[in-house]
Order: sequence, then structure tokens, then C-alpha cells
Amino acid sequence: MDMKGTLQKEHRVPTDGNQRSVEFVTPAVNIFETKDGYVVEAEMPGVTKDGLEVTLEGNEITIVGHRTTDTTTGQAIFSECANADFRRVFEMDPAIDSTRITAKMNQGVLTLALPKSERVKPRKISVE
Amino acid sequence: MNSLIRWQHPEFASWRSLGGLSGLRDEIDRLFDVPLRELTRTSQLLSGWNVALDVYEDADNVYVKAEVPGMKKEDINLSLHDGSLSISGERKSETSHEGTETLRTERYYGRFQRTVTLPTPVAVDKVKAQYKDGILTVTLPKAEEAKPKHIDVHVA
Repeated sequence: MDMKGTLQKEHRVPTDGNQRSVEFVTPAVNIFETKDGYVVEAEMPGVTKDGLEVTLEGNEITIVGHRTTDTTTGQAIFSECANADFRRVFEMDPAIDSTRITAKMNQGVLTLALPKSERVKPRKISVE
Repeated sequence: MNSLIRWQHPEFASWRSLGGLSGLRDEIDRLFDVPLRELTRTSQLLSGWNVALDVYEDADNVYVKAEVPGMKKEDINLSLHDGSLSISGERKSETSHEGTETLRTERYYGRFQRTVTLPTPVAVDKVKAQYKDGILTVTLPKAEEAKPKHIDVHVA
């Protein structure tokens, strides 16, 4: 499973309509593995369920989180929060059943559950 | 002879330290290429959880926005003292389940604290805080005497 060493893959940098490359922030993730599948938790504060895009292409899964536009008005005194959207790409283990992937969003944390396909799990074979 | 040591010409042996210099040059190059924000992010390992803050003000209020995803509101503490707002809390890690192998941990767990000095005096009893989508927004209405006042000029 290449999730151990995978960082932001930039071989396909997204561009906006004007052909300038769009900047993204890499969200911090925790990745866990159980015998049933993988769980990825990604921190994307300011992103709601509607601003989230999870796409699968080949064996890559891309998560993009669009921040809800800032409603606070006024003059900034100091600003540390990045204003860019979040993006991260992962290479999936072929054992993952892509039809059963689920995503949940809670308080800015995306929890992605990627179950392994049944056929890959260790099974006992009974001897007749 | 107890051990064999590879013979190196005495003059060349000391040159190995030059490798350290080219490493330094690469580091300095990296300093100019990488935006400053990225650098401060990678140093979280040593300094703990640096919660990102934004502070804004308009004519009526001061707003403080903190990015603290994945917390429960009862684990966040806010206090106002002497013109400074202090935000602290603790994020506890979820109990690990049996048979779970952790492949990667980038999220920070534990305590955090940030204190910010407010630009103007605020009405303490009217402060409101909201935690939504992992962002804590604190709205602090300015104290009456701190609001900009219009002064009429009379011509005598």
C-alpha cells in the first residue's frame, strides 16, 4: 500500500481558466489499516459536506476541499490561516473495493473509509 | 593487525567536510523557493500544535478565527484577561482499536494554547463564540469608548 510514502503528487497541477496554476494546501492526514480496510482522516477546517469532492481515477483517489467563503468582514490585523482550498492525492492499494468507499465530514475532519474487497481478506478453507 | 582501515591520502581526508557546505547551500536555496508559510508548517514537530489564527476588526467588532478541526466544543477553553484573549484546549486521540495498524500520523493531538492581544478594549459580557466546521470564531464587540466617533467641527 503506497499510502505510507505518498505525498502530494504534483505531476498534474490543476489550473484555473486563465492557465495559472491554482495553489492548494495539503491537509494533514492520519491513515489507519485494519484487516477490513483503511481509514483516512484528513483535516480540512472550514470545509462542509458541500465543499468536498472525492474522485477516483484509476488507482488514485483525490480529495479536494473547498473552503466556504469568508464571511467575516473588516480589516485583517494578522492572518495565519491559509485561504487556499485543500487537495491531496493518494495511490490506492488494489485490494480496496472502490464501490464501497464512504466519506463523512465532521467539524472540519473528513473520515474516509476504504474497505478491502472480500476476496482479499484471509479466509479459512475447510478441508473435506 | 587487528583491523584494516582503508588508507586515505592525508590531504584528501579533510575534504569530506566540504560535503556539509553544499548541503547548506541546498538548504538556503530551498529557503527562497518555498513560501514562508510552508516552512513554519513543517516545524510543528518541535513546537507543538500551532493553531492558525486570524484577527480582523471592523468599526463595531474584533473577530478572532482559529482553525481547530476535530474537537468537541467542551474541550475548547476561551478566556479574556487584561485585553488578551486566550484560546486553549486539548484534542484527545480516539482510542485505538484492536488490530488497527497506524500507517501515518500527521494530525497533532494534545494541548494547544494561543494568546492574542486585542487591538482595542472590548465589551467582555457581549463576547460570542461559535465552533463550526472545525473553525472557532470569536466575536468581540468593541467597548463603547473604543468605537470611532465622529466629531463635528464648528466654525466659530
